[in-house]
Amino acid sequence: MHDTMHHPPASLQEACTSVAVHDLDFCYGASQALTGINLEIPANSVTAFIGPSGCGKSTLLRCINRMNDEIPAARITRGGIRISGIDIYDPSVDVVKLRRDVGMVFQKSNPFPRSIYENVAFGLRLRGERHKTLIDQAVEGALRASALWDEVKDRLHESALGLSGGQQQRLCIARTIAVKPEVILMDEPCSALDPIATAKVEDLIWDLKNDYTFVIVTHNMQQAARVSDKTAFFYMGELIESSDTSKMFSNPSIKKTEEYISGRFG
Amino acid sequence: MFDPEKLIRKGLPKGHFKDLVVRSLLGGTTYFVVIIAALLFGKILIDGAPVLFKAEAPFVDFEFLTSKNQTLHVFDDAQGTRHQLPASEYSAYLAKHEGVPIHNEQTYSYSGGGIAGPIAGTALLTLGSMILALFFGVSAAIYLSEYAKQSPFIHAVRLAILNLAGIPSIVFGLFGFSVFVLAVPVITATPSDRSLLTLPLFIGDYVMSFQGWNSSLMAGCATLACMILPVIITASEESLRAVPQGFRDASLAMGATRWQTIRKCVLPFSLPGILTSSLLAITRVAGETAPIMFTAAVAAKDDLPWQGLKSPFDVLSSQVQALPYHIYTLAARIPSSEFTQRAQYGSVFVFLLLVATLSLGSMILRAKLRAKLKW
Ligand SMILES: Nc1ncnc2c1ncn2[C@@H]1O[C@H](COP(=O)(O)OP(=O)(O)OP(=O)(O)O)[C@@H](O)[C@H]1O
Ligand SMILES: [Mg+2]
Repeated sequence: MHDTMHHPPASLQEACTSVAVHDLDFCYGASQALTGINLEIPANSVTAFIGPSGCGKSTLLRCINRMNDEIPAARITRGGIRISGIDIYDPSVDVVKLRRDVGMVFQKSNPFPRSIYENVAFGLRLRGERHKTLIDQAVEGALRASALWDEVKDRLHESALGLSGGQQQRLCIARTIAVKPEVILMDEPCSALDPIATAKVEDLIWDLKNDYTFVIVTHNMQQAARVSDKTAFFYMGELIESSDTSKMFSNPSIKKTEEYISGRFG
Repeated sequence: MFDPEKLIRKGLPKGHFKDLVVRSLLGGTTYFVVIIAALLFGKILIDGAPVLFKAEAPFVDFEFLTSKNQTLHVFDDAQGTRHQLPASEYSAYLAKHEGVPIHNEQTYSYSGGGIAGPIAGTALLTLGSMILALFFGVSAAIYLSEYAKQSPFIHAVRLAILNLAGIPSIVFGLFGFSVFVLAVPVITATPSDRSLLTLPLFIGDYVMSFQGWNSSLMAGCATLACMILPVIITASEESLRAVPQGFRDASLAMGATRWQTIRKCVLPFSLPGILTSSLLAITRVAGETAPIMFTAAVAAKDDLPWQGLKSPFDVLSSQVQALPYHIYTLAARIPSSEFTQRAQYGSVFVFLLLVATLSLGSMILRAKLRAKLKW
């Protein structure tokens, strides 16, 4: 984490764990949304969150970049989250800097009604980057990485709202990776996309996972099986099971998981 | 069982007569209102349009818009020809025909010349009050929609602002009079006798004196701004809320601070909406008489607002003429006659034209922006 955590205490740093959730309880006002979550998300890999609607996947995801801070009366009541060993809910952590290191792609693609170029450059400009050639390079790099460059290179200065839904979502991903975060959180990024666009996003995740830590929420079991290295299954605000994706899908250790994966409920 | 006799009735349906009565009653009231409006606009158009427009090119009588307001002199000369001359031409006429007697002379205040003074005054009042109202209004709206937690207190504040919009403008006029004209502090070396309170400042002879700004452009702008603030706040807050939450989320998740988010991802996209509703607010500000009656307006003034000043800032502390107040003066303070009609209907016509243009402008702007800003 370049900005936020200058000198993480070496003793706390675990080389292979990027995000560690321990004993996490989370409440929206009086209603408890998460109970006793313990989960390790390994670095430079893809972790999928699966589970029926309303089980708290998005809530946990939003805890990781503290987007829940924006919701009044929503708070963590027990436990916490460490990223590279740093407790991100520590009062000394600057939430703005945290979010620069933990990017997020939303379920509903939300490009700004500006040009494609400005959308990707947004994060760089936020960081005070003025150098035109540097921004140009970063924009091109991000668009290439998100497999969008060839489709938009001739219309960089046209409105992003003129793109198709799938292109818009990939633009949002490009916008997020343009600033090179450490962790990228994706909340059902493909739920509004057709199979071809979905495949493109999955390829993109596959290509980028050596450089980033991905956490992806999905309702699509095949997608979880295809892209993720590790899968976590949630049910009613609790983490039922988490393990390697191959093991989870071939040989789940808990009955509930098997039932959900095979589509018998949820 | 299905009974065709019950389904397909013969004769007039039950309640047919009642329906007819209600329908014609409702329609009647609607067209009654339309007829009244048509008569009103028709009268002003017929009597007012000839003042501003003329048959030969350039078709507009700029004279009426750009010359100062004067007293009209009506008289017969020795040959019995009737003359209508504004004060300046009248004295020129007298100088030219010295010794020639004139007969049946009558004078009509404010009826000669044009309405440059009121137009300029209204423009200044509108500009000043809109600057004030937009600054305070948009700030308050940003606070209410982006920063404030949605607590019962904030709801009460919002309700209070909404209610403020319903207060009659004369009340704002009196408020402005007692606050801006009589009570707000000024920094001066020579406090007036009626100063409510003077506080020493220990800089030369200067004191802070709560003596008000007198009746002045400044006080008028402040009063009009107060009157229009609730409208601006409410409309701006609505425009801010219309910006999709997704933009804010995306921006915050990219590591923008709250202010960066507002500046780059909320304000730019709500600005068109804010400006559109402000254009409507301008119409109201330009048209109100009551708030400026005691705070800024004078019936007669020889100079245009920017003439005869020692320093440009004095324009703020001097009184101005204003179009709606001028219309009030023409209608209520001078006896109506065939010679005053030109000024009366002309002023009203120009005023209506102004309001109509602004309304039309905001309607067009709104339609255009609606088409453009879709997400
Ligand atoms: N802003 C909020 N205020 C109050 N309760 C909320 C809020 N957001 C979510 N919840 C509640 O928290 C629980 C978990 O919601 P969450 O959005 O995390 O579910 P999810 O697993 O992401 O579901 P989905 O798959 O439908 O997106 C739900 O019961 C939901 O009603
Ligand atoms: Mg969700």
